[in-house]
Amino acid sequence: MVNKITVGHVHMSGCTGCLVSLADNYEGLFKILDDYADLVYCLTLADVRHIPEMDVALVEGSVCLQDECSVREIKETREKAKVVVALGGCAAYGNITRFCRGGQWNQPQHESYVPIGDLIDVDVYLPSCPPGAEAIRNVCVMAYLLLQGNDDQKALAGAYLKPLMDLAKRGTEACGCDLMVDVINQGLCMGCGTCAASCPVRAITIEYGRPNIDREMCIKCGACYAQCPRSFFSFDVVNQFEGIIEAIDGAMGKGGE
Amino acid sequence: MVLGNYKTAVSARAADADILKCSQDGGIVTQLFAYALEEGIIDGAIVAGPGDEPFKPEPIVATSKAELLAARGTKYSISPNMMLIKEATRSYGLDKVGIVGTPCQMQALRKAQLYPLGMRKVPDKIALAIGIFCMENFPYQGLESIVEDHCNIKMESAVKMDIGKGKFSVYTERGALSQIPLGATHKYEQPGCHVCLDYVANLADVSTGSVGSPDGWSTVFVRTKKGEDVWSKAVAAGYFETKDIAGVKPGLDLVTKLATGKIDKNQKTLEERASFGVGKGLRNPYI
Repeated sequence: MVNKITVGHVHMSGCTGCLVSLADNYEGLFKILDDYADLVYCLTLADVRHIPEMDVALVEGSVCLQDECSVREIKETREKAKVVVALGGCAAYGNITRFCRGGQWNQPQHESYVPIGDLIDVDVYLPSCPPGAEAIRNVCVMAYLLLQGNDDQKALAGAYLKPLMDLAKRGTEACGCDLMVDVINQGLCMGCGTCAASCPVRAITIEYGRPNIDREMCIKCGACYAQCPRSFFSFDVVNQFEGIIEAIDGAMGKGGE
Repeated sequence: MVLGNYKTAVSARAADADILKCSQDGGIVTQLFAYALEEGIIDGAIVAGPGDEPFKPEPIVATSKAELLAARGTKYSISPNMMLIKEATRSYGLDKVGIVGTPCQMQALRKAQLYPLGMRKVPDKIALAIGIFCMENFPYQGLESIVEDHCNIKMESAVKMDIGKGKFSVYTERGALSQIPLGATHKYEQPGCHVCLDYVANLADVSTGSVGSPDGWSTVFVRTKKGEDVWSKAVAAGYFETKDIAGVKPGLDLVTKLATGKIDKNQKTLEERASFGVGKGLRNPYI
């Protein structure tokens, strides 16, 4: 396939779970690498030492301010990538690394970890810990369509990605409290239970039709707010769900039966 | 988009007498899930099962007809069915999940399929989504006030609740019927319902509700390829009696009227929210 886009996976302070989630597309990952994207940088999977020019940088993990190399690499990523995606809760919101306070055996001075958006402009957020494999796949397909598709495909991909771009502008802090502040306090919650299902650490239960957040357990990954139908909801995109699912399945070589 | 996209609309009721005995109207949801379970179209369905208090729904994953039967009938309070959508594919290990829900829950479901951020392994396991018509919903305490304070019926002695023809009705186990004007219930509605722009579950595979069809029957919209496939097979297998919607009273005109009314009213609420404060507004979830 001509016109493949170039993608890199940039690893900051994260657990590699987001990369594993990308790999969890199984044969879908091969399809993406065969037809749509060349993986030009990925410490775990590709032998490339320095961050190259690329279309899309998927950044996993937060930045340790005391780690000179990390700070340099995130700046370099911004300079060399057309689109920077915060892949996962750590890159987007700090996630569990928010709770670090140094004390590691050989680097006790490593104590401040910030989401990448605190140091550079980020284009797209993919929250959650880790983001679902299918969500990463959808964003890959849409990013490809946005950069290489025809006009209709560009319009659809733009509409699909817009809420994730808006999330990137919303801020670099997330917490279960977002449900309180931006959904319940705003008179928008209708008790569907999506937040409870999306929480990776089961910090959310539904009590009398509203989320109850165990704040000791919340890791600040941003999944619940991003997944809530009352955080963002585009009729233009979601009303076309059947066609979009078919189009993505088609792009991934599935369906058609 | 008042009635959403649909391929066919019919008036229907379940053929199974056991299902009809305690169903809300035509027993469509229970019958269609029962059929889908029998045929292996779904491995289980997320439904509003009985909770620890009367008429307080609790989402459950039903994997047998008996469980479906125990959950039949409408409970006019919040059942967070989406809560179990990931659990159903994980702890219950279902590969083909059925789910019933209100229009907002169908919105949540389709958003979860298109943006599955915290919904790992969910998107391709949704085998059948049934939507139910919904004007608004009540928090459980609100429902209790309506039934106990306004209708003068103890929650424990109610056997069925019903909204229709401008009235909220409660039937008791001793055969009594208590009714109040629907207007008296409005203040107990949950606020989140007032920004909803969907009455007939536009995003479901199949959506159903009593409005438009005669008593004991339900109006059914078949919306997606998946929905059409399951519905046509179920009808062909004799699981439903159907009537042409054009031939029944009050028909789709009433559905359109109620849907338009809900959408217009809530659209207005959204506009009012935009300038709710002084120079400040409340959030619009759709932009």
